[in-house]
Amino acid sequence: MELPFAITLDVGSSHANRTGSWRVERPIYVDRLPPCNDACPAGENIQRWLYQAEPGDYEMAWRQLVEDNPFPAVMGRICYHPCETACNRAQLDEAVGINAIERFLGDLAIERGWSLPPAVTDSGKRVLVVGAGPAGLSATYHLRRLGHHVRLVDSAPKLGGMMRYGIPAYRLPRAVLDAETTRIVALGVDVELGHTVQDIEGERHDGGFDAVFLAVGAQLGRRVEIPAGDSSRVLDAVSLLHRVAENDPPLLGRRVVVYGGGDTALDAARTARRLGATDAVVVYRRNRERMPAHGDELEEALVEGVTVRWLSTVSRFDGDRLVLEKMRLNDEGFPEPTGELEELDADSLVLALGQDTDLSLLDQAPDVVVDDGVVEVLPTMMTGESGVFAGGDSVPSERTATVAIGHGKRAARGIDAFVSGRAPVNADRHELATFDRVNTWYYSDAPRTRRPELERARRQSTFDEVVGGLTEENALFEARRCLSCGNCFECDNCFGVCPDNAVIKLGPSLRYEFDYDFCKGCGICAQECPCGAIDMVPERI
Amino acid sequence: MTTQPVRFYQVGSFAVGNRLLPDDERTVQSDPNRTNSLDSGHRACQGCGEALGARYALDAAMRATGGRLVAVNATGCLEVFSTPYPETSWRIPWLHSLFGNAPAVATGVAAAMKVKGKGDVRVVAQAGDGGTVDIGFGCLSGMFERNDDVLFICYDNEAYMNTGVQRSGATPPAARTATTEAVGPEPGNVFGQGKDLPRLAMAHDIRYVATATVADLHDLEEKVERAMQLHGARYLHILVPCPLGWGSAPNDTILVARLAKETGLFPVFEAEHGKVTAVSPIRYRTPVEAYLSIQRRYAHLFGERSRTDIIARIQAIADQNIATYGLIDDEADSSDPKQVTA
Repeated sequence: MELPFAITLDVGSSHANRTGSWRVERPIYVDRLPPCNDACPAGENIQRWLYQAEPGDYEMAWRQLVEDNPFPAVMGRICYHPCETACNRAQLDEAVGINAIERFLGDLAIERGWSLPPAVTDSGKRVLVVGAGPAGLSATYHLRRLGHHVRLVDSAPKLGGMMRYGIPAYRLPRAVLDAETTRIVALGVDVELGHTVQDIEGERHDGGFDAVFLAVGAQLGRRVEIPAGDSSRVLDAVSLLHRVAENDPPLLGRRVVVYGGGDTALDAARTARRLGATDAVVVYRRNRERMPAHGDELEEALVEGVTVRWLSTVSRFDGDRLVLEKMRLNDEGFPEPTGELEELDADSLVLALGQDTDLSLLDQAPDVVVDDGVVEVLPTMMTGESGVFAGGDSVPSERTATVAIGHGKRAARGIDAFVSGRAPVNADRHELATFDRVNTWYYSDAPRTRRPELERARRQSTFDEVVGGLTEENALFEARRCLSCGNCFECDNCFGVCPDNAVIKLGPSLRYEFDYDFCKGCGICAQECPCGAIDMVPERI
Repeated sequence: MTTQPVRFYQVGSFAVGNRLLPDDERTVQSDPNRTNSLDSGHRACQGCGEALGARYALDAAMRATGGRLVAVNATGCLEVFSTPYPETSWRIPWLHSLFGNAPAVATGVAAAMKVKGKGDVRVVAQAGDGGTVDIGFGCLSGMFERNDDVLFICYDNEAYMNTGVQRSGATPPAARTATTEAVGPEPGNVFGQGKDLPRLAMAHDIRYVATATVADLHDLEEKVERAMQLHGARYLHILVPCPLGWGSAPNDTILVARLAKETGLFPVFEAEHGKVTAVSPIRYRTPVEAYLSIQRRYAHLFGERSRTDIIARIQAIADQNIATYGLIDDEADSSDPKQVTA
C-alpha cells in the first residue's frame, strides 16, 4: 500500500499494547456463602432457588429447593427461618421473606403436581429407617435418590411424626403434610406404620439391612413433681397435641394453665383457646427476653388472647386453684424463688417442660452411646455402632423440624458412603458473604411483603391455618429483593464499568471472564460489584 | 385485576444490566456486541474515568445512529492515550486536528457529509475540559451560534491532566493542581472564578444541553440517545473523575462521580432552548466532606490543619446548586425512578 506523505507505518490496533502487564492486583470471581444458606439447618441453597424464582422459573426454583429439602410447603409454614435472621438485607431495610417464598413454591408444586426426582440408580443396598418424622422422611428421600432401598417404619398410624402429632393444624394443615409425605413414598418406599421397633439389632439382622437410621424423636413429655389434689387435672403438652391431632381432644375446661416457655407451651395454649378455653395462661419462670419460644409464635399467641405470667413457677395445684410462686432473676440470669405466692383459678394444668426420647429399642445395641437421654453421633450422624445412624430430636440438637430434615440429609450421605465403602466427604464451605462486601447503592429500596394473617376472632375458635400465603406477584417481588450476597447474578456491572473492556460476557448463566491481557487491575469492577463476588488478589511477579 | 408494581429485579436501574429486562430496554453497555468504540490496549491510567465516559457516550451514539457516526477529537488525554502512532484504540471513524479547533473541524465534517449526500452520517466532537472551556471555547461558541449539526461532548476531569494537572477554567475552588498549589491562606484554586460551561451553552439558546456522570450509565445513555434524535448544536457535559489528577483511588472512580452528584456539587440535568427541563434528584443527600476527603487534591482541607471554613464554602456551593436546580425531590420516590409491572 502506498503510504501518505510522512507516514511510515500502517495503522495498527491498540490490541498490540497488552496493558495487562501494568497490573499489580488481579480481579477474580468468587462465590461466597450467603448467610441464609449458612444459617439453613436443612442446608438449602436459598440464594440459588431465589435466583431461579426471580424470572418466574418456579419449577426450576422448586427443583433446586428439593435438592436439599423435600418439604417446601411444610417448612414454608413451620420453619423458624434462621435464614431470615441471618439475611444481609435486614441491615439494609428488612430481611427477605424467604420462608413465605418457600411456602409459595411448595404450594405451587402441590397444586401443579410436580413430583420429586426419582432414583437414577439401584445400589441394591437396604436401609431401615425407624421413625417417619421429618428426619426419617428426609433420610428416606435422600436415600431413595441415591438408589438405596428403604424400609420406613413408625409406631404411629400415619406418616409425619411430630409434624403431624406435635404441630397443630392451624400452623400446618394436614392436607399439605399429606401431599408432601405421599410424594416421598411415591419414590418407591416400603412403609410399615403402626409398627413399634422393640429391638433395633434384631430387626436389622432379621431384615438383612445394610444400615439403620434411627429417627425416633422425643415423644415423652417431661413431668415434674407438682403436689396436686386427686381431682386436679394435669396432663402434658405432647399428649394434648397428639390427641388433638387424632381428633380425640381431652377435656381441659375453661381455664387452662400451661407450664413452660417453649414453642410447645405456646402451641398448647393456642390449642386450648381453640378447644374453647376462655383463659389460656402460660406460666413461665423467666422473663420474655429469656423465653426459648420463637418471637413470631409468642406474638401470634398474644394476639389470640393467650396471656403469660412471667417469672412464676407452679408450686401446687388443688382442685381448681393453682398456687404460683413468684421468681426473680439473679445476676447470672437464673430464676430464684422469692417465697411470694399467688393463686390462680384453673381447670387444668398442661405441662410443657420439654420432651424425652424413648430409646428402649437400643437396649440390645450396647455400642450406641446414650448420654443425657440422647444418642451420641459423629458428624456423619453415625452412632458408636457401625452402620447405625441417628438424627432428629433423639440426638443432641435444637429440636426443630428443619434441623431434623438436615440430619436426615446428612445421615443419608453418611449411610451412602458407609454402604458403598467410601470415606464420607465433607464439602468445603465457601467463605461467608458478609454485609460489608455488599455495595448497597445498587439495590432499590423495597420493603418486605407480609403474609396475610387469619382474622383474629376466627382463628381462636378454629384450626384453620392462621398465616396465609403470598400471591404470585408478592412472591416474585419478595424473591427479587434478594441481594444475591456473594454470588454473581449477572447484572453486567463489571462488564460495563471496566474502562479497558477487559471483562468478557459469556452469555446467559455463563457469567463473565477477565481478559488479563488488558486488565490493568484498577479494581473498579470489584468495588462496583453489587453482591461482592469479585476479589482483588495480589499479582504474582 | 389490580397489579402491584414489581420493581424490576434486585438492582432496579442502578446496575449496568438486568437479566429480567426485555432486550430493547437494556443498556448499550450490557450488550456483548456493543461497539467498544474505545477499545482495549489504550494507555489511559488505571481506573480512568474519561476512557469509561468516552466509551459509554460513543457506544450509545453508535447505537442511536445505527453506526453512521464520525467522531472529531480535540487534543488532550483522550487523544493522546488512544492514538500513539501507529496504534489506535478507536473502532469508529475518528479524526484529530488541533487542541482548539475540534468544534470547527466537526462543523466542517458535518458540512462535508451533507455535500457528499451522506447527510445521515452524524458528527460528534469531543474534548476534555481544557479543550472545551478554555482553548476551544471560541470555536465552540461559534459552532453553537451557527447551530451546526454537531453533538459536542466535554469529558470534564477538571484540569489539564495530560500535561501534568494544570488548572483549567473548569477546576473547582480549593482544588490543588500543579498551578494552584496548596499553599498560603487560600490554598488551591481560587473561589469565584472558572466557567460553568453547561450554563454558557444554555445561554446560546441551543437545542439541547445536558450533564451526566460516569456513575449513572442509564441516565448518560438516555441523554446521548436523546441528543442524537435532535439536530442542530447540542452539548453534553460528562463528569469523568481522574485518579491521577484528583488523587483518588483508581477503584473509586465511579464512587467519586456518584458522590459529586449526591453532594450536589455536580448538578445532573437536561435543558432545551436554554431552559432546564429535567434534573436527576439526589438519592441520599451527602455532605461534601464525603466527596472531598477521598481525593488528595483536597487533602489540605483535612488533617491537623483542617480548613472547616473552606469546606463550609464548598458546602455552600453544593447547597446553592441544590436550591437552584431543585435537586432534592420531596414528593417522588427518588430511590428508583423505574418500575415495571410483572
